Amino acid sequence: MKKTGAEVLWESLIREGVEVMFGLPGGQIIPAFDAMLNYPQLHFVLVRHEQGAAMMADGYARASGKVGVAVATSGPGATNLVTGIDVAMMDSSPVVFITGQVPSNLLGTDAFQEVDMTGISLPITKHNFLITSPDQVAHAVREAFYIARSGRPGPVLIDFCKDAQVAKTEVLESSDVHLFGYHPPTHAPAVQLEQAAELIRTAKQPVIFAGHGVMISGAVEEVRKFAERTNIPVAMTLLGLGALSSSHPLSLGMMGMHGTAHCNLAIQQSDLIIALGMRFDDRVTGNLKNYAPNARKIHVEIDPTEINKIIHADVALMGDVKTVLKDLDSRIPNAKHEEWLNQIKEWKQDSQQRDILVQPTNGKLHVPQIVNDIWKATKGEALIVTDVGQHQMWTAQYYPPENPYSFITSGGAGSMGFGLPAAIGAKFAQPGREVWAIVGDGGFQMTQAELSTAAQENIEIKIAIMNNHFLGMVRQWQEFFFEKRYSAVQLKNPDFCMIAEAHGIPSRRVLKPDEIHAAVEFARATRGPVLLDFHVEQEEAVYPMVPPGADLHAMIRRPIQDEKG
Amino acid sequence: MQHTMIALVENKPGVLNRVASLFRRRNFNIESLAVGQTENPEISRMTIVVEGRPEDTARIEANLYNLVNIIDVQDVTGQPVIARDLALIKVKAEPKLRAEVSALAEIFRARVVDVAPESLILEITGTEDKIESLVELLRPFGVLEMVRTGQVAMLRGGAIGVRHMPGANGRDA
Ligand SMILES: Cc1ncc(C[n+]2csc(CCOP(=O)(O)OP(=O)(O)O)c2C)c(N)n1
Repeated sequence: MKKTGAEVLWESLIREGVEVMFGLPGGQIIPAFDAMLNYPQLHFVLVRHEQGAAMMADGYARASGKVGVAVATSGPGATNLVTGIDVAMMDSSPVVFITGQVPSNLLGTDAFQEVDMTGISLPITKHNFLITSPDQVAHAVREAFYIARSGRPGPVLIDFCKDAQVAKTEVLESSDVHLFGYHPPTHAPAVQLEQAAELIRTAKQPVIFAGHGVMISGAVEEVRKFAERTNIPVAMTLLGLGALSSSHPLSLGMMGMHGTAHCNLAIQQSDLIIALGMRFDDRVTGNLKNYAPNARKIHVEIDPTEINKIIHADVALMGDVKTVLKDLDSRIPNAKHEEWLNQIKEWKQDSQQRDILVQPTNGKLHVPQIVNDIWKATKGEALIVTDVGQHQMWTAQYYPPENPYSFITSGGAGSMGFGLPAAIGAKFAQPGREVWAIVGDGGFQMTQAELSTAAQENIEIKIAIMNNHFLGMVRQWQEFFFEKRYSAVQLKNPDFCMIAEAHGIPSRRVLKPDEIHAAVEFARATRGPVLLDFHVEQEEAVYPMVPPGADLHAMIRRPIQDEKG
Repeated sequence: MQHTMIALVENKPGVLNRVASLFRRRNFNIESLAVGQTENPEISRMTIVVEGRPEDTARIEANLYNLVNIIDVQDVTGQPVIARDLALIKVKAEPKLRAEVSALAEIFRARVVDVAPESLILEITGTEDKIESLVELLRPFGVLEMVRTGQVAMLRGGAIGVRHMPGANGRDA
């Protein structure tokens, strides 16, 4: 029996386990959308802008561990995906993007809504495919899903010519993946494992770095056991938050530019870094010349291109974090590291003393306090999605997740507009979990149109806007490094509650600290989408802060205020 | 230092574009790149010459290897290889200078492949050094035009430099 390329597409997706997709149709993908009507088991979420679809699919992928799917038409539909593709690429998120393309006989003719999407997406996808014949569909989908989720995951794009959607084929399924040139490493060789073990056995002041790779490889348990057995403290990257429960005594919290001070100090003083599934982003290292100067580095990483890219690895263990940790385990004895842990405890006390939450209040709303109240109300167990900016860093600091797969944010790309759509996608992946989108007033407005999508789907997400009437993070940089010369950062915002109301979405405006609790509970009790508009202190800074390019320990700390405040 | 890498790639549309895009994105500089068929019609072979430190080439190798369509990559620098480049050189040569140019060509085992009233075309294969030496000697006559293929390379002896099979690059366990 023969089927059309479009039918093979949907059947292949179903075979890959797809249940939900996000997107928006157009001329060059209409035949596929027509065929989609025959597959009611596929739930299609109609977005308002393709960037929203890309970010929903990404949020879905990160919250589920499965591959997310976004669908768009050719030309502008496809290019609207680009920011979202980049976000998925930078954060190793497995998303398959399907775009319509002009009929294959018109390729290269500047036909209506033709754009070279495989060319455009080349540097921001793990791989891509151009389908010009229905015979290619089953194989391309199979390979795309396999590539997207294996090794270091990432986005894969399938550009699908219209004629290939309509034409019929006998190739209905692809059983095997034929990729001669694709073999992500899994096990590290014994020699290197032994070298690493030797470094770990002899280290006096070791630190484990847990990155996104820990979660991707499902190594959370292994990391906890390893840390507990060896008493090595664990520092997390932004995307690694949740790799170790934040209330765990060995947790150092987040590292880097806005990381906890004791975490950064520990890194700078360490004599061994055991880096698991992370890539030493410049937001993590600060000035490389003075980065952890006394530390040997063991780099466990599945992507060979990350080895020796930023820092020199004394021992590189190329492989899957979980497998490598298992292989290391028997080579490493238990340890105490008492002195080292005590030293860190001292630093930690100093951090706590400077915490804004223990400072005298000025009666205004502060983001840390709001986030902390949400943390308390949800016992740290909600699924938190953020946008990008100050609120993102405060959320990372004040909603330290208790569990893995609970903190979703655009790390590598740092793309504003991510929060709302990613939260929608995450909720589709985890319908049973409480999902909060904590966003800035600037970023929220970048993808605000997806409020309509949330309303149309009646998806239960809790949107908390940290409304400071500024592009806050840029304002902070201008305050710290440009003598407070504020350039293009002030926002005259609409009334977000009225916008919510226009969508039939319940909302609350919150102006004072004593209103936070009730608002949070109101949001938690609301079924369907709900919006809270927190009017917060306008010119507050995120501390600590490592100035860009400065040494990691050269943090700007929050000044300790006296009682008069 | 110059490094020579050999890559086996799937013979699919766009693969050259992927390699070129990678080099641009990662800010690697290519000295020369030669692509052609192999004994297997589904596989093409690239010889890539880059200028860089050994760490750089290790990164280039890893990045190339990460491309899905690249089957194997080997840095053959420092190994016993046969490396060849082909050049066509159009030299200004009035009739009275023809013999002199031809004699030079002879020394380098270059061949005269075209004769025109005022010029000759020489064809030479060899190592880059050899070709450059000839070019230097021809310059005084006037090199009107030159084209080079870029280097191709192969390991000496029975050893196969690049593998058509998975787990290439010694990266398998
Ligand atoms: C798409 C995009 N454009 C610009 C930036 C640069 N940028 C980083 S943070 C920031 C300010 C964000 O302001 P807001 O959303 O209000 O959040 P806040 O920092 O106030 O919490 C800007 C403009 C970015 N990260 N992403």
